[in-house]
Amino acid sequence: MNRLWLRISAPVTVGALFIALWALTVWFFALKPYVLPSPIEVAESLWNDGRSLLGSLLFTLGVTLAALAAAVLVGGLIAVLFSLSRLIEISFFPYIVILQVTPLIAIAPLLIIWVHVLTAGAGGGDHPMIALLVCAWIVAFFPIVANTTAGLNSADRNLIALFRLYGASRWRTLWLLRMPTALPYFLTGVRISGGLALIGAVAAEFVAGTGGAETGLAYRILEAQYRLLTARLFAALFLLSLTGVIIYLTLDLISRQLLRRWHESATTGELD
Amino acid sequence: MPRGEFLSLLGPSGCGKSTLLRIIAGLTPPSAGDCRLAVDHTPGRIGFVFQDPTLMPWSTVLSNVLLPFRITRRAGAAERERALAAIRAVGLSGFENSYPHQLSGGMRMRVSIARALVTDPDLLLLDEPFAALDEITRLQLNDDLLELWRERRPTILFVTHSVFESVYLSTRIAVISARPGRISADLAVNLPQPRDRATRSSPAYATMCDQVSGALARAMGAYS
Repeated sequence: MNRLWLRISAPVTVGALFIALWALTVWFFALKPYVLPSPIEVAESLWNDGRSLLGSLLFTLGVTLAALAAAVLVGGLIAVLFSLSRLIEISFFPYIVILQVTPLIAIAPLLIIWVHVLTAGAGGGDHPMIALLVCAWIVAFFPIVANTTAGLNSADRNLIALFRLYGASRWRTLWLLRMPTALPYFLTGVRISGGLALIGAVAAEFVAGTGGAETGLAYRILEAQYRLLTARLFAALFLLSLTGVIIYLTLDLISRQLLRRWHESATTGELD
Repeated sequence: MPRGEFLSLLGPSGCGKSTLLRIIAGLTPPSAGDCRLAVDHTPGRIGFVFQDPTLMPWSTVLSNVLLPFRITRRAGAAERERALAAIRAVGLSGFENSYPHQLSGGMRMRVSIARALVTDPDLLLLDEPFAALDEITRLQLNDDLLELWRERRPTILFVTHSVFESVYLSTRIAVISARPGRISADLAVNLPQPRDRATRSSPAYATMCDQVSGALARAMGAYS
């Protein structure tokens, strides 16, 4: 109880002190609002532009969550494929690494051209959201592939022997042994990917620029920068951080719920 | 090896006892020669207990014991009954829905034994199952294993490097030497059945232990 109270009150105190110091600095040096707005001005901007910023937030959140879902699905499937065939794994893994280590910002323009051509060819007009989604997906799916593959391959050797002794098929071993073993690894991958998907969505939006009628938070930041509306820039930044924290906490909660019955990371120590 | 026998393989570390068990179970192919068994390799005819309990941490005790049936999708009501009976036989009634992390080391080993017994195997292979347990738990599990053996009479092949354990449990002991791994002595243990606490303090037990120790010392000394 006491520990919990401290865990909340201590960071809140630090935050409050920081904001006070910030306000004091702005007042003491009489800083121009476009250099550094005071916390009150940021709060005002958050209040006044809240409605339109919220729309942008939902757009960015939509791209992030869709990319994360695609990363979970495709990343999981690739990992299963890798675990079934060592040959497939060693053939393709280097290219997945190359895709991962090449900075997204550098690939994004290319992707935007391609998606533009493809969607225009399909006669469906311009779909900036698809380009953003592909960008976010590329950064998000690697941790899921890497972690899940490691998890699927780390089943207890003796249990594998036992499964063979009782005549288990490959699929049965995958389903009853390898997948449950991989679950904690997979969930760690998902938690990392949640943060990366947001970064990917924002980075892609910086490159793609305006998304037609809909714009995400990243574009609002650029726009605020051009117009020297620094307070609004801060407000958008604040919402972006908040989104990242909420995504992380949600994924962490899901992970704990799934592992709470048996995994060391989620159970409280009991008699040994 | 006759049916219903309790044979211990006794030898120093690295003499290939565990490898022999794995070859018998069909898990490792022999590097030379072949392995002839009167027991067929139909899944479930052979039970295997490892040195570690080797349980699935995400499954309950019942689910772990049901594993041999779940693997071949045969876990119906009858199998459930058999699993519950096996859990009762190892003295874990009431823990069916516990998870392995909630159990002590000895209890986990019991779950592992119940899982090996649930298919009512003809041959039970035990690879130093009690080596990692404390002395009190170990003695208790020795007695429990003997009782299970008396009731169900599977053929048991028990790997150990404890002289006392092998004499107390077995009807026969094969002493194996290291490098090259050979059976260097084959001793019948003619202590009266059923064995219990009184057996451990009998002079016949002491004599037998001495005899087996001597055979083990010769097996180790001959090649080192």
